[in-house]
Amino acid sequence: MKKDYWNKPEMGLWERLYIFEVVRGLCITGGVFFGNMWKWLTFRKGALTAYYPEEIRSDYSPNNRGRHVLTRRENGEVQCVSCNMCATVCPAYAIEILSTANFDDHFHPKAPERFEIDYSRCIFCGFCVEACPEDAIRMVKEVPDFPTYDRNNLWATQDLLMNWRPTCNPAKIYPAAQKALEEVHP
Amino acid sequence: MIQDLVVYLAYMGYAIGFMLGIATLFTWVERKQSAIMADRIGANRCYIRIPFTNVKLVAWGLFHGIADGAKMLLKENFTPLTYDRFCFNLAPFLAAAPVLLVFSVIPFGGTLTPGQLLPQLHDFFGDRSYAMQVASLDAGILVVLSFSGIGILGTMLAGWSSNNKFSMLGAARAASQMISYEVSMGLALISLVVTYGTLDLNTMVQWQSGLLFGALPAWGIFTQPLAFILFLTAAIAENKRVPFDLPECESELVAGYFTEYSAMKMGLFMLSEFIEIVVVSALLVTMFLGGYNLPYLTDSGFIFPAGATWALPHLAVVLLQVGTFLVKVVLAGCFQILIRWSLPRFRYDQLMNFGWKFLMPLAALNLVVTACVRWWTI
Repeated sequence: MKKDYWNKPEMGLWERLYIFEVVRGLCITGGVFFGNMWKWLTFRKGALTAYYPEEIRSDYSPNNRGRHVLTRRENGEVQCVSCNMCATVCPAYAIEILSTANFDDHFHPKAPERFEIDYSRCIFCGFCVEACPEDAIRMVKEVPDFPTYDRNNLWATQDLLMNWRPTCNPAKIYPAAQKALEEVHP
Repeated sequence: MIQDLVVYLAYMGYAIGFMLGIATLFTWVERKQSAIMADRIGANRCYIRIPFTNVKLVAWGLFHGIADGAKMLLKENFTPLTYDRFCFNLAPFLAAAPVLLVFSVIPFGGTLTPGQLLPQLHDFFGDRSYAMQVASLDAGILVVLSFSGIGILGTMLAGWSSNNKFSMLGAARAASQMISYEVSMGLALISLVVTYGTLDLNTMVQWQSGLLFGALPAWGIFTQPLAFILFLTAAIAENKRVPFDLPECESELVAGYFTEYSAMKMGLFMLSEFIEIVVVSALLVTMFLGGYNLPYLTDSGFIFPAGATWALPHLAVVLLQVGTFLVKVVLAGCFQILIRWSLPRFRYDQLMNFGWKFLMPLAALNLVVTACVRWWTI
């Protein structure tokens, strides 16, 4: 017999009776439901979903390009010599550096006064890390806490870049970001 | 009598609280159950912060119902430039009110004798006893059917007066679908009426309190299994839920007949859909799953088929019956939600074929067989 259309399903009598297949489908979905419910009741997670800001996903690659950190010298000073190479190479113009001079330190006369990254523009390409001649900026595996109600919170200040700590709470703004926010909106 | 007034006001309060409360609960159950069935977590971001502390009560996302209600009430009530303002504003009420009324004839417990509940109440109530039902009508099933018939009007008016092609298509689909499925629903119920020999829902439940073959409870699902399936199918189709949600299928018709509604008017349509789940569950429980009957529980306590008895005070019996009804309704609603999240939607010709060529002949056959059996056994 010619089919009405090319992919018309071929169903036996059992499938065409519909009700038994419906019961089979209900058993499948019900089985998934009770299986997951059992996991919840025994204090395991019965879902594949990750709780986004709270939960750190376990499947990040070990060389994932996450948040930026500024490295320090042994005396605690920032390693960066404010050469502006990262800001130059940055394709998204996300890095802004304001330099200061310290002529007493003959090896590192220049240092950043403010080193800020605009995470609303950063594309996480890692060029800044490659361009840096001093190994002053690196990217670590973890991602920054992005969820926020104000785009000004997306500016990572130098203080923050030197002292990254996962806060795990987007409702609570990191103090440095809070301070930067107050500078923008006094 | 002042006593009657007190009792019936309490019944009405219970009925309204029952329906709205469980409908709100079902908005949560629908989200959570579908999420768990699909390996997801489900809505869990709504919380109430205890004042002056940083403690957030999440309660598995139970507060999402409250958040939804608040959102619907506070949203802009946008009204399109329709040519029929009156019908446009009337439709949500016409859709929601009959659904609320259906519950008035459903018995949610056995016989209540308030004087025996607590000794303090005996002076006031004496020995009066009341069936736990808002309106004890002899023609209970007919009232149910006629009110669910009025529900179609709200749907049709909403689609017609919205002045929108999607709404119009949705309303046309809804009208033909609901009328088609009401036929098989009615036939399934008639075979039930033939079995029980009554139209009164309370008498039906009392009929189901007996035992079949000495041990099996005489529930409708055991005496009329086919009618149970037919009624369930037709009731889901009446309720316009998946797999029969063609009137509002969001992938084709935006939202179907209530596309143009916003704010609480749209909320009324949604709420009436969830109340309808409760009502359909209550009807299923009343007519097929033994109503408020717990197996072997009578008005005086448990009487087991082996001969053992366990007498209970009146208060415990009443609480057990009301609780049984509540649990059964919730379970039946969960089963409907399981169906809703398991089956794909029908095509429209499949829907009509299924309704007219499959369900209706089966319902008619069931009626004939029931009538014959009844004729020979009477």
